[in-house]
Amino acid sequence: MNKKPKNLAAEKRKEALKRLKKLGVRLYGQMEKSTFPWIKMPSRSTQNIFYSPEVRQYVLGDKMVRRSSRNIRHIRPLTQLIWAAYFARDLAQQRKTSTLRDVYYSAQAYEVPFKDQPESNSIITDLETVMGLSREDFKVFPEERSAIFGDLTIEYTVPGYEGKRLNLMSHPDGMMIGPALTSAEFVKTSADMVIAIEKGGLFTRFIEETVHKKYNALLVLTAGQAPRATRHFIHRLNRELDLPVHIFTDGDPWGMHIAMVIISGSANAAHLRELTTPDATWNGVWATDIVDYDLPSDALTEVDIKRLHDLRKDQRYEGDLWRREIKKFLEIKKKAEQEAFSRYGLTYIVDEYLPAKLEMTD
Amino acid sequence: MVETFEQISPADFFYRNRDIAGFTNPTRAIFSSVRELVENALDASDLHGVPPEVYLRISQEDNGGEEGEVYILRVEDNGSGIPARHIPSAFGQVLFGSKYKLRQARGTFGLGGTMAILYGQITTHKPVYVASSTGTSRTYEYKLMIDIQRNRPIILDRKAHVNKTRWHGTVVEFRLEGDYFRAMPKILEYLKQTAVVTPYANITFVDPKGRLYRFNRVTTDMPPPPEETFPHPYGVDVETIQRLTKITDCRNMLDFMQKHFQRVSERIAHGFLENAGIGKKKNPKKLKPQEVVRLVRKMKEFKDFLPPRARCLSPLGKDLLKAGILKELKPDFIAVCRRKPSAYSGHPFIVETAIAYGGDIPKAGDIVVHRFANRIPLLYDEASDVTVRVIKSINWRTYKVSPDMPIAILVHLCSTKVPYKTVGKEFIADRPEVRREILNGIREVARRLRRFLTRKEHVERERRRLSVFSKYLPKIAEFSTELAGKKQPPDIEKLLKSVRRFE
Repeated sequence: MNKKPKNLAAEKRKEALKRLKKLGVRLYGQMEKSTFPWIKMPSRSTQNIFYSPEVRQYVLGDKMVRRSSRNIRHIRPLTQLIWAAYFARDLAQQRKTSTLRDVYYSAQAYEVPFKDQPESNSIITDLETVMGLSREDFKVFPEERSAIFGDLTIEYTVPGYEGKRLNLMSHPDGMMIGPALTSAEFVKTSADMVIAIEKGGLFTRFIEETVHKKYNALLVLTAGQAPRATRHFIHRLNRELDLPVHIFTDGDPWGMHIAMVIISGSANAAHLRELTTPDATWNGVWATDIVDYDLPSDALTEVDIKRLHDLRKDQRYEGDLWRREIKKFLEIKKKAEQEAFSRYGLTYIVDEYLPAKLEMTD
Repeated sequence: MVETFEQISPADFFYRNRDIAGFTNPTRAIFSSVRELVENALDASDLHGVPPEVYLRISQEDNGGEEGEVYILRVEDNGSGIPARHIPSAFGQVLFGSKYKLRQARGTFGLGGTMAILYGQITTHKPVYVASSTGTSRTYEYKLMIDIQRNRPIILDRKAHVNKTRWHGTVVEFRLEGDYFRAMPKILEYLKQTAVVTPYANITFVDPKGRLYRFNRVTTDMPPPPEETFPHPYGVDVETIQRLTKITDCRNMLDFMQKHFQRVSERIAHGFLENAGIGKKKNPKKLKPQEVVRLVRKMKEFKDFLPPRARCLSPLGKDLLKAGILKELKPDFIAVCRRKPSAYSGHPFIVETAIAYGGDIPKAGDIVVHRFANRIPLLYDEASDVTVRVIKSINWRTYKVSPDMPIAILVHLCSTKVPYKTVGKEFIADRPEVRREILNGIREVARRLRRFLTRKEHVERERRRLSVFSKYLPKIAEFSTELAGKKQPPDIEKLLKSVRRFE
């Protein structure tokens, strides 16, 4: 498979700049007409978040909120939001990236300080909602911890590396999915699928056991709950390269949910698109695997059980597989980690379990 | 063994029981001495109708390394002065004085000043020096000691001088053992509070270190002096009636009731005597002991007496109270209230209250309380005082008062008989009538404080509101200008103007 770079990143940057300017022009116009500047955006309250079966993720409803500087309670967050827009434009113009933590500290230089990190994060989410773009589009990233390994050649678009290409097998520990990789173009790959893995230990084991070669796969380490940049990256691998995505997590409600968020997204990101991969599959560890493979297991805690009951009410879990596994978990009241397969030898999971599970979902 | 019985003189009695008059220890002794002499000085000026000039000096005497510190206490005033013939008795005889009449004065028994001198004599064995003139052509100087056993003055020296300037006033100087430095905080607090409640007085104090404290008057207006009155029927006892029957020249009870008691008209006298079952024509001198007892009991029971007259009282008045507080506490807000005269057990009284906020009042974590009775600051036993109990019983949140606010409350009780709990005049007993008046007085000023605090809060909120707009609008303008790629920021003056509600 060989693809020509489309320079999506450059287009995104242009789009972000365009929308930021539009926001500025709008506010400026309001003030010139001596009206108190205000903005309108979709409400992110829980009453306005709905699951859409069509797009197979959470979306925002029609309810809008208005933030006006005439309102004493709105003026501060509105100012912070406009500052955040200004800050994002600076980043885009200078082609720099930054983190949520940077945003928190940078605000202090402009005397629009945030009370704490959550307040600053929430303003960035507001900006995403207003702009209809994710913060990664205007170069604000969280701390990265996930990685990728496999035969995929990318071309960088970040300043100083434009046009430079790299094969993601170059480093045996995998490559960090950071800002540079997120904005890179896909050039070519020989892979037939993507395997996303929750834990670092297993990710390393898969590389050592050359799973990427045996199955022609790109290996993605989510390192727990997948960061948004990683979810977007998986989305792109699925969309742009037409690769099926298989997810392996721990056999417990939390691992199950890690898979679900990659597939259907989270309510927190209802205002965003391109973070989900609805066709991805969760391949294990299932509750039924614990029984079928007689895995060493721990008893479910009360918190685990409460979580399972919550998930059962969740619209995203309506599929047969999900219902069956939740039921099974509640029945056996056990959970197992991915590493539990080591009981049968270190390579058992690669030689026996993986092929069996991949077959099941094909 | 044979018991010996002997009579002791009043001087001897107080010598043996000096605790009850506030001379418990060297610290209290010097405080009480200062207080008694300053009060006498102020009383003398009040009665004379001249704004007081009081000079107080305490100096330390070298007593050659003997135990105990000896201080020389000197007080000068510009009051009415004491007629020469009364000077020896006024300062050398306990329970001699001009204050036995029914009118409001700071002192009541003529005890305090002499008690201080007595205390000085027994601790140092030195005479008291007195100089006084009533503004005649002579001033008189005395050196006196007290014959404790016989309650008589001993005149050691007596001089008369020509009084060219027609000076009037009194100078008293004597020595006593004491502990000034321990008493200092109370003495200074006493003088300061005296200044609050006597804003028409100049008070000068020179302490043993030579430090000068000045409390200047802010007005020469003085409260009208109280009138002397007859007792009210509710407030008399058997002894009083017996004394009155001895001195009266009335021939029948009808006249007797009208002449020797206040607020008894002919109609009321008729009604009362009928009710009491005592003949209207009866000669008061011929009342039998059991009739006197019945008279007193019936007097207390009879419902139709008018309440006692308050003209014998001399409240400070709103303006003077305000002036005194403004002068010493410099508050941001002040409310004063003078209650209508009231009475307990036949004794008229008036309560004056004030509440002050901010200024020099400390944020004590609690309300600062200044208590006064007949213009005397009360400094000891605060917790037992009715005023403090009343203040504690009030839910201050109703008045928007929180504990961290700088708030002072002043309560002034004037009465011909202040219901003190002790001879030391430290705190006021919890009489229901007095308590009610104090409570209502404090409530009234507290309501006004609430209005002030509400308004202050409102102004504060408005100020904060404005500062929010003027902080953030320019920033919105700045960032929007940048985002829009414009050169000039938009004009937001109009917007800022529109959020200003008050100007």
